[in-house]
Amino acid sequence: MRKNVLGVLFGAIVLLAAAIPLPAHHGAAGFDVGKQLVMKGTVTEWQWANPHCFLKFDTTDDKGEVMHWAAEVSNPVSMTKRGWTRHSFNAGDQVTVTVRPAKNGIPVGQLMKVALADGQTLIGFDGPIP
Amino acid sequence: MRMRTVGQVMGAAAVLLLCLGQGARTAPPQQPGAKKTQKPAPAPRRDISGIWDVANMLEGISPAGVKTHAPFTALGANIANNVYKPGDGPRKVPIGLVNDPLDSCDPAGFPRNLLFELRLFQIVPTSNQYLILYQYQQVWRVIWKDGREMPKDPDPRWYGYSVGKWADDYTFVVETAGMDDRTWLDNAGDPHSDAMHVEERYHRIDHDNMELTVKIDDPKFYTEPWLARDKLHLILRPANTEVMEMICAPTEAEEYKKTMANPVSQ
Repeated sequence: MRKNVLGVLFGAIVLLAAAIPLPAHHGAAGFDVGKQLVMKGTVTEWQWANPHCFLKFDTTDDKGEVMHWAAEVSNPVSMTKRGWTRHSFNAGDQVTVTVRPAKNGIPVGQLMKVALADGQTLIGFDGPIP
Repeated sequence: MRMRTVGQVMGAAAVLLLCLGQGARTAPPQQPGAKKTQKPAPAPRRDISGIWDVANMLEGISPAGVKTHAPFTALGANIANNVYKPGDGPRKVPIGLVNDPLDSCDPAGFPRNLLFELRLFQIVPTSNQYLILYQYQQVWRVIWKDGREMPKDPDPRWYGYSVGKWADDYTFVVETAGMDDRTWLDNAGDPHSDAMHVEERYHRIDHDNMELTVKIDDPKFYTEPWLARDKLHLILRPANTEVMEMICAPTEAEEYKKTMANPVSQ
C-alpha cells in the first residue's frame, strides 16, 4: 500500500477547514477531510454519470513515475448548476487539480476544484452551493 | 462521456408530454429578475399543479437524513444499528461498506424520494388523479383523488398506494400505505416497516409558493408519529423548465464501485 501520494509537483499539502460539501449519497468517510493535494496532471477520461461524475488523470512525480488518479464530484444535475458539462474535459487536457485524497493512500479522492489550461477554474466539492 | 437512455415505458409518459406542451394551468410564476417587491399572485383554489422545486436545494437533498425522528422501537433500533450500513448520517460507514440498496439502483421508494434527493417534481392533474413526476430516478406516483378509500391490505409497492383529498381549498392531503419495507426511509439508514402510513400535506401559500409536511406513522419501528418534513418550502418553476434526466443505471453504479467506492475502502 502506498502511504505517500506521488506526483505532487507543487508539494502543496493544504490543511483546510471543511468546505460546504456538494450533495452526495455518501459522506466523506474514507477521505482525509483535513488534507488537500494540489497536482498537475493530464486528463485520461471524464465520466459524466450518476451517481457521481469522475475525472481520471495521470500525474508524474519527479522520478518520472506515473500515478493513475480517479477523483469524484457529484452527479450531473448538481454539477450543471456549477457550470460543469459533459464536455468540460477531453483526454489530453492539462489540468491542475485539488483533491481530497483517500485515507488509505490509494490514488482516488474527491475533486475540490480543477484549474484548466485556459485559466478557467471549475469548483467541485470546494466552495458554496450555487 | 456517458449518456444513457432508459427504456422505461411509462403509462403516464403521453400525459407528461401533453401537459408539458400545454404549460401551467395557472398564470406563470414570477420570472427571475422581476422586482423583488412584486408580490406573487394569490394561490389558486384547489390547484397544486406545476413544476415545483425545493427552495433550499441542500435541504431537499438531505444527504445526512431527516433532522430528527421519534425514538426507535426495539425492532427499529435493531435494523438501524445492526442491519443498515448507510453512507451518511450518524451511523455512516466508509463507502465500500455501505449496503444501501440505492447503490445498486434499487428504487429509492416512498417516502425516501421525499426525504432524500427531492429535486424538481411535476404535479400533473388528470380527471381522477394527481400524477407526480420526479426528476430523481425519473419515476412517478399516482395519487387517486376520486374519493376512493385506501385499500385495507394493499400489495407492497416501492412507492406505496396513495389517495388524496382537499382538507381546504389550499391544502391537499395524501395518505399512503403499502410501502415495501426493503426501501430505507432516508439516506441515513433510518428504517421503516411495512406497517408505515405516511401523510403528506401540500399547502399552497400563494401562486408561487407551497409548503410540504410529511408525517410518518410507523408503530412497529417508531414509538410515536413524527414529522419527517415540516413545512418544507417549495417554489413554482416556469412551465418550460427543462428537467435534466437523473437515472441510476446499474452499469454506471458498478463502474463507480469499481473506480471509487472499492478502492477507498481497501
